[in-house]
Amino acid sequence: MNAVAKTVNLVKIYQDGAVPVPAVRGVDLQVEPGEFVAVMGPSGSGKSTLVHMLGGLDTRTSGEIWLDGKRVDTLSESAWALLRRKKIGFVFQFFNLVANMTVGDNVELPALLSGASPKVARRRRESLLAALNLTDRADAAPAQLSGGEQQRVALARALANEPALLLADEPTGNLDSRNTRDVLRLLGDVHKDGQTIVMVTHDARVASLADRVVSLFDGEIVDDGRIVRRRTGTAGEVIDLR
Amino acid sequence: MRLHLLALLAKEPAHGYELKQALEQTFGSAYPSPNIGQIYVTLGRLEKDGLVRAVDVEQSNRPNKKVYYLTAKGREVLEIWVDEPTEGPRVRDEFFMKLVLAPLTGIADRMALINRQRRHYLSLMSDLNELLSRTPPTDRVAMLLIEGAMLHLQADLDWLERCQEDLA
Ligand SMILES: Nc1ncnc2c1ncn2[C@@H]1O[C@H](COP(=O)(O)OP(=O)(O)OP(=O)(O)O)[C@@H](O)[C@H]1O
Ligand SMILES: [Mg+2]
Repeated sequence: MNAVAKTVNLVKIYQDGAVPVPAVRGVDLQVEPGEFVAVMGPSGSGKSTLVHMLGGLDTRTSGEIWLDGKRVDTLSESAWALLRRKKIGFVFQFFNLVANMTVGDNVELPALLSGASPKVARRRRESLLAALNLTDRADAAPAQLSGGEQQRVALARALANEPALLLADEPTGNLDSRNTRDVLRLLGDVHKDGQTIVMVTHDARVASLADRVVSLFDGEIVDDGRIVRRRTGTAGEVIDLR
Repeated sequence: MRLHLLALLAKEPAHGYELKQALEQTFGSAYPSPNIGQIYVTLGRLEKDGLVRAVDVEQSNRPNKKVYYLTAKGREVLEIWVDEPTEGPRVRDEFFMKLVLAPLTGIADRMALINRQRRHYLSLMSDLNELLSRTPPTDRVAMLLIEGAMLHLQADLDWLERCQEDLA
């Protein structure tokens, strides 16, 4: 089977300022079907830049990007838009909801755009809103929601078209612990159902759900490995009470 | 365990087996299942130090059981324990020492140490996640213990990131 996403010596240098900023410096990354990859690293290490390029939201300076066995870094903007609609769900670091649409419609739209029947899109909308405890807020406008609520709507929207690849940039950044729990549960569930996920996060609880952690530092991958699951037992046994 | 037993005895006198049950009921799964032998050994030491005293209670058909109660001195020790602030977590831990000393030894570089430690913390976190999902919400004390451990781990990871930015 093809890797869902692959980059080869991927480089991004921002040239818009006075001095060029090398944000991503030669990243080789391969994400297999069904894999959940957490991307961690200090602020400014290139995490957002990397996932934006994977989703075609930012152009690369050099290197290759492959999605599902097809080279995509050479695609036109309109071809990218089409691909995104069909195959990618994106949760932005700063949510990006459509302001003049209700919460419910924000979630339903991507499914419709990707070609789902209205009935299927509606069913998907309802189950996602329920999973994230947002059913009551379906008719509200995004601006009427708290940061944490908007974040959850953004996640529901990204999952609405059942994307081959979910890209998420700090999807729990604005959540308190109870809402983080809902998001964690949903992520765990969709991952169990085979959803491929690449997620930027500082949240160790979220990262520990992943199969693999990629650590970026100064635009380079400095560590890439599986998370080992080991101990079982009661809380009293796992956590030392001296 | 000395002070835990003193605290339980401050509520009411009890024999060893009752103390075991009280620990289990109070902490749920948050306390490693207490060993009855260890409880008796601890009670013996507390008695020797004058913090508890025991009375023999006669039982028909069975050996006498010892019921323990708190002495004034025991209560004093307990009050001091409760009143004084508890030490925070140790930050100058083994890992910190390794991190600072590693470059001197030439055995490992800091980036490698930090990366390995990050993976280790994340696998601990993954255990805690799994533990939390297995813990019934009614076991409130255990839930709080797990959440506390998670927050500590998050802080450890944030600190690793600081080390990486500053030292690597
Ligand atoms: N549009 C842009 N123009 C110029 N420089 C940029 C641009 N976007 C990002 N950068 C720079 O590229 C580097 C990587 O930024 P990026 O946003 O990918 O970091 P990050 O790892 O996502 O950080 P954070 O954890 O703070 O979100 C930073 O030095 C940043 O200043
Ligand atoms: Mg970012």
